[in-house]
Amino acid sequence: MTGSPAEAQETLLTVKDLRIEVRTDRGPGPVLVDDVSFTLRRGEVLGLIGESGAGKSTIGLSTLGYSRSGCVVSGGSMMMGGQDIRTMTGAQRRGLRGRGVAYIAQSAAASFNPSITIMDQVCEVAIRQGLMNKAEAEAAARALFRELELPNPDTFGSRYPHQVSGGQLQRAMAAMAMAARPDLLVFDEPTTALDVTTQVDVLASFRKLIREHRTAALYITHDLAVVAQIADRIMVLRRGKMVELGTARQILNEPREDYTKRLVAERAFGQTSTPAGRDAEKPLLSVNRVWASYSKFANVISDVSVELRRGDTVAVVGESGSGKSTLARVIVGLLPRSEGEISFGGQVLSPRLAGRSKDQLRRVQMIYQIPDVALNPRQTLLDVIGRPMKFYFNRSNEEVRARVLDLLRQIDLPESFITRYPSELSGGQKQRVSIARALAAEPDIIICDEITSALDQLVAEEILRLLKRLQDDLGIAYLFITHDLGTVKRIANKVVVMLKGRVVAAGETAEVFTPPHHPYTELLLSSVPEMRGEWLDEVLVRRGAIAAAAKASVATA
Amino acid sequence: MTVEALTPDAIAPRRRRSIRLFGHKPNLTAWIGLIIIALNIAVAVLAPLIAPYPQADIVGDAWADPDRLHWLGLDNLGRDILSRLIYGARLSIGLSSLITGLAFVIGIVCGFTAATLGGWVDAVLSRIVDLLLSMPVLIFAFMILSVLGTDIPVLIGTIALLNATLVFRLARAVAMTIASLEYVEAAKVRGEGTWWVISREILPNAIPPLAAEFGLRFCFTFLLIAALSFLGLGIQPPLADWGSMVKDYRDMINLDSAAPLYPAAAIAILTIGVNFVVDWMLSIHSRGHGEPA
Amino acid sequence: MIAQRFALGLMTLFAASLLIFGGTEILPGDLASAILQNNATPESLAAMRKELGLDRPAATRYAEWLSGAAHGDFGHSLANKREVANEIAPRLKNTIFLALYAAVIAVPLAVGLGLLAAINQGGVFDRVVNVVTLMTISVPEYFLAYLLIKYLSVQFGFFPSLANVTPNTPILDRMTLTFLPMVTLVLVITAHMMRMTRASVLSVMASPYIEMALLKGLPKWRIVVRHAFPNALAPIISVVALNLAYLIVGVVIVEAVFVYPGLGQLMVDAVSKHDVPVVQACGLIFAAAFILLNMGADILAIMTNPRLRHAR
Repeated sequence: MTGSPAEAQETLLTVKDLRIEVRTDRGPGPVLVDDVSFTLRRGEVLGLIGESGAGKSTIGLSTLGYSRSGCVVSGGSMMMGGQDIRTMTGAQRRGLRGRGVAYIAQSAAASFNPSITIMDQVCEVAIRQGLMNKAEAEAAARALFRELELPNPDTFGSRYPHQVSGGQLQRAMAAMAMAARPDLLVFDEPTTALDVTTQVDVLASFRKLIREHRTAALYITHDLAVVAQIADRIMVLRRGKMVELGTARQILNEPREDYTKRLVAERAFGQTSTPAGRDAEKPLLSVNRVWASYSKFANVISDVSVELRRGDTVAVVGESGSGKSTLARVIVGLLPRSEGEISFGGQVLSPRLAGRSKDQLRRVQMIYQIPDVALNPRQTLLDVIGRPMKFYFNRSNEEVRARVLDLLRQIDLPESFITRYPSELSGGQKQRVSIARALAAEPDIIICDEITSALDQLVAEEILRLLKRLQDDLGIAYLFITHDLGTVKRIANKVVVMLKGRVVAAGETAEVFTPPHHPYTELLLSSVPEMRGEWLDEVLVRRGAIAAAAKASVATA
Repeated sequence: MTVEALTPDAIAPRRRRSIRLFGHKPNLTAWIGLIIIALNIAVAVLAPLIAPYPQADIVGDAWADPDRLHWLGLDNLGRDILSRLIYGARLSIGLSSLITGLAFVIGIVCGFTAATLGGWVDAVLSRIVDLLLSMPVLIFAFMILSVLGTDIPVLIGTIALLNATLVFRLARAVAMTIASLEYVEAAKVRGEGTWWVISREILPNAIPPLAAEFGLRFCFTFLLIAALSFLGLGIQPPLADWGSMVKDYRDMINLDSAAPLYPAAAIAILTIGVNFVVDWMLSIHSRGHGEPA
Repeated sequence: MIAQRFALGLMTLFAASLLIFGGTEILPGDLASAILQNNATPESLAAMRKELGLDRPAATRYAEWLSGAAHGDFGHSLANKREVANEIAPRLKNTIFLALYAAVIAVPLAVGLGLLAAINQGGVFDRVVNVVTLMTISVPEYFLAYLLIKYLSVQFGFFPSLANVTPNTPILDRMTLTFLPMVTLVLVITAHMMRMTRASVLSVMASPYIEMALLKGLPKWRIVVRHAFPNALAPIISVVALNLAYLIVGVVIVEAVFVYPGLGQLMVDAVSKHDVPVVQACGLIFAAAFILLNMGADILAIMTNPRLRHAR
């Protein structure tokens, strides 16, 4: 993947024993990065991978001579072009930024100045650094727009950031970074905020850009499958320390450290056989041709039907804006349906919350995406988990306490947590408490709305295992709403694929996910990165046809 | 046990106990503010015990200079200025607290109702508030006082109403924000009644932002009453609050006496104290606690 | 968008006029009993009502009052029977003079200091300024005014303590006479405006696109001038307008301290004399200034917002 051997020899950046810590008013705080060393050759791409708090962004920013407020580089060296970035003067640092090292952030929407045209922002560095005049810089920018496959490259730059789509803006940011032809690009989770189908294209244009210009890059991400497509070497980080450094192939195929093995294994662990709901049985929940909307003019979901039986896990998948979360709100009654019927255990449910009986409410529980706002910060876990028992079953205080302790054991939290407040828990622990709160109502169905998307990979994995175990023990059915097809394949026995408020495919997971499938399902499936370096090349070859078919099907939908 | 539960720092440390307000340690200016507030309240409550003389007693010549027995001198009728200041604290602070409290009850009840019920209730209440706030509060107070006169009940009613409109806006906004959070949604989906949702889910989380607002509203009320009294439209003789004392002593300034500055300074110190605490409370809310990844 | 805001402003003004009229005419204890106070007998009340035209329906009287006000006719004062408009005109000029005098000095000063404090965020200058302005905004205007009088006027005699201008006072004398009232107003609104300017610049400076500009290697002055300022402009404009609206209230009290013959003084006198036509007229003028300032701020904010200027 590297350039010619001679070029590959030339070292661009040598980071040695880097240490970054937080400095507070009261002296040194936690260490964010500890003892990290690596070298980067010209044209080489190093992937930095780790969970949140691994220190990967902090390392990336430090190569620009920048640390966020409160953080200090307190040890080690970063040699680039014979100079230590750590000891540069302010003026040297300004010269380095943009020209030597350029940065591509996660959110382009926030990183572009809303009141300046894209062209002016892209050209700014090259003009300011005195590398080009305005006309040259604009010509170069148009060439970059073309290279990055932006629409109407000649006029694209005259637009303001809010006038273009997220994927386009992300590419425009790459153009902005490349404008002064830097030696090193720092990509900081640049595709994380994008939908999967957009991610593939953006990733491909990034790779093309890096390769054609032989630019070295640090590619920071939490997603091993993404980094596998673009990196020559990968460094695994955990809590600021290096776990393992190796070639992409070695890390993916023969990881040495346990932690890396777990990261790699997460994706690999294939489809477990889920006991399929007995189709002969009557459905527990049946959503029949339901329509709903927030305003009179546009339906958010149209003509949607879903069925759920005891022990089922039905996944509802789709990209943002597909109406999948709205479906959840319609089922629980937060958003009244405008047409169609939802019945539960044979009884038709009222469209509104107020029209449902306590027992109907109890039997359908919900778990939310962001655990931080799903739990009342002013209630202890006893109150949080105990309330449904009091509310639905009118249990005495002693019974509630005993049962809460029981549930804490079931979700693998220590009993002493009963007096804690949510703010004293980690993200994964909070999500466990949300599960316990749902279980406290002894429901038949739990609706899980993107419950793992705010969590780190391994933590999310634990949550999924827990849900699975609870299902085996209690026979609860899950309606699992997610955008992550990887998760779907593993845990769901049935799938509903949604696009623009409509169901485009539904059925047994194996059936939906084996060819021939619906064109949009195929587009979605083909967009999920796999942990093979060749995946992106393969998918790009097939992609033209798939995308065209998907577009045609969207038009008819 | 699972991997996650085993990792040592996944379990957040329990908070240590020390002197805290809303879960945070006050900074220096906040401490100064707290001490000022405490002293003022003490003076107001203990006025008869502290004051050297009864407030209405004539104890010497008009405008006598300060001496060992009368630290701040005597006023236009020969009354002890210090004693009058101490008694004035009762009226100024007491009245302001009463009005602010009243405004909060009205504002929060209406604001929360508007936020949770929504629909036409919200629309009507919001439009009324917009209307009342379409002109400066002081000017509006003038309009009402010019017709109804300057009785204390009129004063209380007018200022409480005007304050309530401002509290309403904040309370409504705070309640709207909290009501959109998922733990409130979870309570609604559980089937909890409106009363439970407001009192158990929304109110406890609305208290910190509203506490800072209480300080601000108190200052506003306190300054407004003092300003009206200073203009001769507030507290009428024989009662005297700090504002009307400034008015009574104002001419003395041209004789190089500090007499009007004493009550004015008393007003200033208390509002500074309250603002110090409010400023600190607002800074804890706005302080980001995001750690760099 | 702008037309919409303009229409809303007019509607608010109309609503305020209703409120002013309604507030003074329909509240219990009508005008007649307010004038007669304790001397009211049923006969004198009836006579007074007839004289004031209170026997006609309120809606008619409101329409007459509003159309009169639109033509600059506010009726006659109850206290001295003179035309309210003639009474108000010279005083309105005085008040506008004082307010402009203060605004011309306070606005550039406050915006400049606010920017400085924001750039040196957390520095000594910023901290000192924070405490000082916090104290200045907390204290009542008359406290500052009397402090100034005591030290700058009485003790050292630099400036006069009474701002007794007449319509014939030449402009330079006028500026000296109104110097202390001006300084008082400047102190109060500068502190407010500065704090709000600082806060709005800081919130812009904390946004990711400023970090991005920093990572592009741009010098600090360029980041502030090219990237931060245009985005902070809209909030700063609304801060300025808000504080000019606040001047309206400050003016009333400062005029009272310095016995300055302005609109505020007139209104205070009228309130204590229950001279309702004068109170109504002054109230309407103050309210109109307040509403226009707020509307102007919103319109400028709309015009400076790129999202609204360049639609998708």
